[in-house]
Amino acid sequence: MTLLATESLTKTYGGRVTALADLTVSVEPGIIGLVGANGAGKSTLIKILLGLLPPTSGRVQVLGLDPTTDPAAVRARVGYMPEHDALPPDLSAAELVTHLGRISGLPRTVARERASEALRHVGLHEERHRAVGGYSTGMKQRVKLAQALVHDPDLLLLDEPTNGLDPAGRDAMLALIHRIGTEFGISVVVCSHLLGEVERICDTLVAIDGGRLLRADRVSAMTTATDVLAVEVSEGTEELAARLAALDLPVTRDGRLLLVPLADDATYDQILGAVAELDLPLHRLDQRRHRVAELFAAREPSHV
Amino acid sequence: MSDATGVIHDIGYQRYTGPRLGRRQVFGALYLHGVRTVFGLGRSAKAKIFPWLVVSVVTVVAAGVTAVRSQIGEVVMTYAQFADAMSWLVIFFAAVAAPELVSRDLRSGVLPLYFSRPLPRGDYALSKLLALVTALWLLLGGPQLVMFLGAAFTTNRGVRGVWDELLDLLPGLLYAGLWAVVFASIALLVASLTGKRAFAAGGIVAVFLMTTPVVGVLSILPSATVNELAFLASPPTLVGGVGTWALGDALTQGQGGGMPIGDFGPVYAAVAVLLVAGCVSLLLLRYRKVAAR
Repeated sequence: MTLLATESLTKTYGGRVTALADLTVSVEPGIIGLVGANGAGKSTLIKILLGLLPPTSGRVQVLGLDPTTDPAAVRARVGYMPEHDALPPDLSAAELVTHLGRISGLPRTVARERASEALRHVGLHEERHRAVGGYSTGMKQRVKLAQALVHDPDLLLLDEPTNGLDPAGRDAMLALIHRIGTEFGISVVVCSHLLGEVERICDTLVAIDGGRLLRADRVSAMTTATDVLAVEVSEGTEELAARLAALDLPVTRDGRLLLVPLADDATYDQILGAVAELDLPLHRLDQRRHRVAELFAAREPSHV
Repeated sequence: MSDATGVIHDIGYQRYTGPRLGRRQVFGALYLHGVRTVFGLGRSAKAKIFPWLVVSVVTVVAAGVTAVRSQIGEVVMTYAQFADAMSWLVIFFAAVAAPELVSRDLRSGVLPLYFSRPLPRGDYALSKLLALVTALWLLLGGPQLVMFLGAAFTTNRGVRGVWDELLDLLPGLLYAGLWAVVFASIALLVASLTGKRAFAAGGIVAVFLMTTPVVGVLSILPSATVNELAFLASPPTLVGGVGTWALGDALTQGQGGGMPIGDFGPVYAAVAVLLVAGCVSLLLLRYRKVAAR
């Protein structure tokens, strides 16, 4: 089943400002990172997915439904966590999440039960009966996540869920999202402008820039193809580089390191053989996973 | 079960497969929540002070009127006149309640949480409007019920007397409904324009206050037609004009014929309908815009 699919999706505001341009992407269920700089069109895309904004042209499908013609059906199965402050300060978390559960169509008692369950899952216990106004940023983010979860959606749309959190809070929030995506069986779209953050928990990445699709692929596909071996020798780096080049290995220098693309296990043997022949003191030899960030950077012959 | 020592097991996340209610029930839930909000129910003690102060004032007035009537046997105020007499209290009540209903949500940014749910955006605005109409109607109708009960229990004409009293009460309740609809739609529209509750309250009072002198000016111009149409210019006098036309004696009894609106009664009714329709349309338009933000 396809989770989300867009086809030539375009959104312009007032005919001049282009938020999305000819975006065609299709993703499978799982944890999806939607990355892009601020203003790349992430929030516009989310609003179109929720049926809150009509696209200028193109088609869109969420969970097999069309949000432009049947927004209520889409929203019944989607939970949304907005980026900005969205909590009335004088209500308690339990009251607010219960109320919003009822707006999602849960019967009264069910709404109350599921609200306290959702708050428990995000790690709010006794404090859920206190007014939200006195909560820390981290707690408020958790309440926002709980209200998106209360009606048991099939898809969560999280807009910058780690905004304003300290490093420990970020880690906790990311761990929680990962748990929702894996253990709860709910697909998650995480919007972020921080690629390094979402690549840790996502299995699919969609990168957009200026409303255009940069790349969409599974994280595994992005990284396996480009693993490299990093070789460091205490001396004789030049000789080793020459020897490896003679072996037809496309070696590159990165400071004191030599980087060799990992073709297969034989690459290890070739490098170790070369080091042994030259009798060089091998300092380290390890597999370095390309950070996904490098995949999105302009592809030029880097660090020569 | 062997495990009786009270170990708490994390049963993990539970999917929900039970019923999901439809649009009507969701609308009802939001509406009831709105009515409760107006009277401060389920909210802090501070939020209860003002609404219940107003409720107690109108109730005391109604009780007083009833007591006087039972003592001296004279009708001090008809049911419809009661609504007129309380108009300023209703304005202040609406000026506090409407921002409570909509401005707070605008301010706290909670609206995206509503509009990302199946609830159609018009339903949000209409449920809030209906909640305010209900609250204002209860505010005016409740005391009338007190007056009716007082009169019914002290009548000396038996069932016949109670029946006559009921026939007097019904136009009064209808008139209270007119007040409620007109005031609620204006107040809610004004309140929906700003997230600042103080501004919203000020704006609502201003709409009612600023238009009153206009009526005054128009009604002394040297033209009988303008004078008779003058009361269209302000919501309270507009409502009074409709009442004068539709209810006649029930409203104007003992007041020397009520407002001099001439033969323009239907015009007053039409303007009232248009005013309400206009306010509701603007309110819906306003939330179309808010939802897309």
